[in-house]
Amino acid sequence: MKNLFKQFVDAFEERTGLVTLVIGIARHPVPPGTGWLYVFGSSVLTCLVIQVVTGIALSTRYVASSGSTYAVLQFITHKAILGNFLRGMHYFGASAMILLIGVHMIQVFLMGCYKYPREFNWVTGVLLLFLVVAMGFTGQLLRWDQDAVWATILAAEMIGRTPFIGKYLARFLLGGKTLGGATLSRFFAFHVFFLATSILAIVAFHLYLVLHDGISAPPVRGQKVNPKTYRAEYDQLLAERGVPFWPDVAWRDAVAAFIVVITIAALAFFVGAPPLGGPPNPSLLASDPRPDWYMLWYFAVLAQLPRHMESVFMIGAPLFAIVFLLMVPVWWNKGERHPARRPWAVIAVITIVLSIVAFWIEGSRSPWSPKFDAQPLSAALVGATGGPVAAGAQLFHDKACEFCHTVNGSGGQRGPDLTYVAHRLTVDDIKIRIANGGGNMPAFAGILTREEMNDLVAFLESRVTEPGVHRPGTAVAGTSTDSAATARTISEAPP
Amino acid sequence: MANEEHGASPREALSPERRVFLGRLSIALSALAAAVVGIPVIGFILGPLLATDKPVWRTVGQVSIFEIGKTVKVTFIDPSPMVWAGVTALTAAWLRRLDAERFEAFAINCAHLGCPVRWLAKAKLFMCPCHGGVYYADGSVAAGPPPRGLFKYPVRVRDGQVEILASAVPIE
Repeated sequence: MKNLFKQFVDAFEERTGLVTLVIGIARHPVPPGTGWLYVFGSSVLTCLVIQVVTGIALSTRYVASSGSTYAVLQFITHKAILGNFLRGMHYFGASAMILLIGVHMIQVFLMGCYKYPREFNWVTGVLLLFLVVAMGFTGQLLRWDQDAVWATILAAEMIGRTPFIGKYLARFLLGGKTLGGATLSRFFAFHVFFLATSILAIVAFHLYLVLHDGISAPPVRGQKVNPKTYRAEYDQLLAERGVPFWPDVAWRDAVAAFIVVITIAALAFFVGAPPLGGPPNPSLLASDPRPDWYMLWYFAVLAQLPRHMESVFMIGAPLFAIVFLLMVPVWWNKGERHPARRPWAVIAVITIVLSIVAFWIEGSRSPWSPKFDAQPLSAALVGATGGPVAAGAQLFHDKACEFCHTVNGSGGQRGPDLTYVAHRLTVDDIKIRIANGGGNMPAFAGILTREEMNDLVAFLESRVTEPGVHRPGTAVAGTSTDSAATARTISEAPP
Repeated sequence: MANEEHGASPREALSPERRVFLGRLSIALSALAAAVVGIPVIGFILGPLLATDKPVWRTVGQVSIFEIGKTVKVTFIDPSPMVWAGVTALTAAWLRRLDAERFEAFAINCAHLGCPVRWLAKAKLFMCPCHGGVYYADGSVAAGPPPRGLFKYPVRVRDGQVEILASAVPIE
């Protein structure tokens, strides 16, 4: 029996050469001392395998039809055996993939692994980064709920700002002039065919290059990359001190892959699939579309831009980013590899990472968005149940002031906190500001009656005042720090 | 001759000119075959760009149900509904009755990036949840990032019914 098996393997090998090929790949020599920093590439590959496998499984139930997909998603999530778990795996697998691509990229950049002769590994990696982000975005839309519909509209509007061809690009994306029956099928095709096959093809090339040029040796201070001598030095290093990839190096990849799989499975099990929002009905407007977490920082960047730069930035910045990243190995493919000798590389990475984190935090707060669910202040906080102050408090909510302004800890953050506005502005100044608006505030002159304006100002004037602070232009009797006394003084001020 | 040295008979050997010709012929035939397959495929994928679907008048209700001075949301079917589109064929507009005869219909899409603007009846403002774009009751910009006022759809009254010209998603 054993003899028969060996005979078969020998015959197979004689006809295909596959056994030698696989053993050669497994045993190919790797420079010594690669260590744990080298596991991130294979971790991304692990995520890719998870995405392909869970994606294929999900596609056996998914129906890409604008009209019925929402019901199908409900079925997969709530009825299908393991459906919620598989959706969770696919979601957290995508999240982990994007995160690990970031880590892999930083590691490769800081250790100078992208330098000669591995420039095309960097270039294919950059293409993969953008393809995977596109995969993430189309994947978010395949979760075809209300927010997905509005995110689609947003994407169409953004791409529609491209000069000359914007309208056509937007129509290409939507599959017509309106969002509808054609839209979801397109995203499905992009997601599972165009993008997925492109990614698989480029990953194959990326891995071929790893074998062709070998895994880069850990950087050494002062050891510069010189394209003329690099190959000879590298071959000598492998000949003298090289270790076989399997199992000397691969065991760390296996450990990392195991951790990745367990983490993703645990998140899918305990957290579950991202929840579905309302139905994908474009006539329902109570939607507050937000990108998934990995694009949230970019949402914040766009929200902070000066108006006149917006269109240029929206189209130009991603193009600039892709071109710049592709040019990295063209400009800096020689010389020092060790980060300690490349301070600007380190500063650049820290700057970019800190900026993204800062915008992330800002994006998760999104203070520029009105807070539509702000509730009217309670009577206890208002401090009055009748009269102008109570009426003003109601107006503060009804006239949408509260959606953008906070008072006593309740309200939006787009405009300044108005709890202590009476310290900063006189009654007349407050009225002028409300009537005329400005910048990010509407002019309320045509919206409020004279009486409403007075009530609103009375409410703002009645807020608790900070001890020891006195409003401008008002003579406050004595130096009393008693807030009640101060409030009384203010309410006696002429209207 | 080089071919004779390799043992090929003169009948099998190709002249250099013939080699060049056959090489080019193979490439040309392959390119032609690729075009025969590729052009219809690209045409099919780009088909939506050439769609000529026109705006369509949609009835949104009797004139009498709309109060003068009020702004309400009206829901109707978009101009190019597919049979399988389900609820995605629906769209909406903010309809404002100006007087006995005249109506205005505003797009629900913010002129900034297309997010769904909400009408706040008490504040008499349209407000966008995404970046805080605000519009007055007449659709003009009140605050925030929108570069222009809300897009308007043509409205008409026919046989006591209000009709809106359902058109493409407003993208400038």
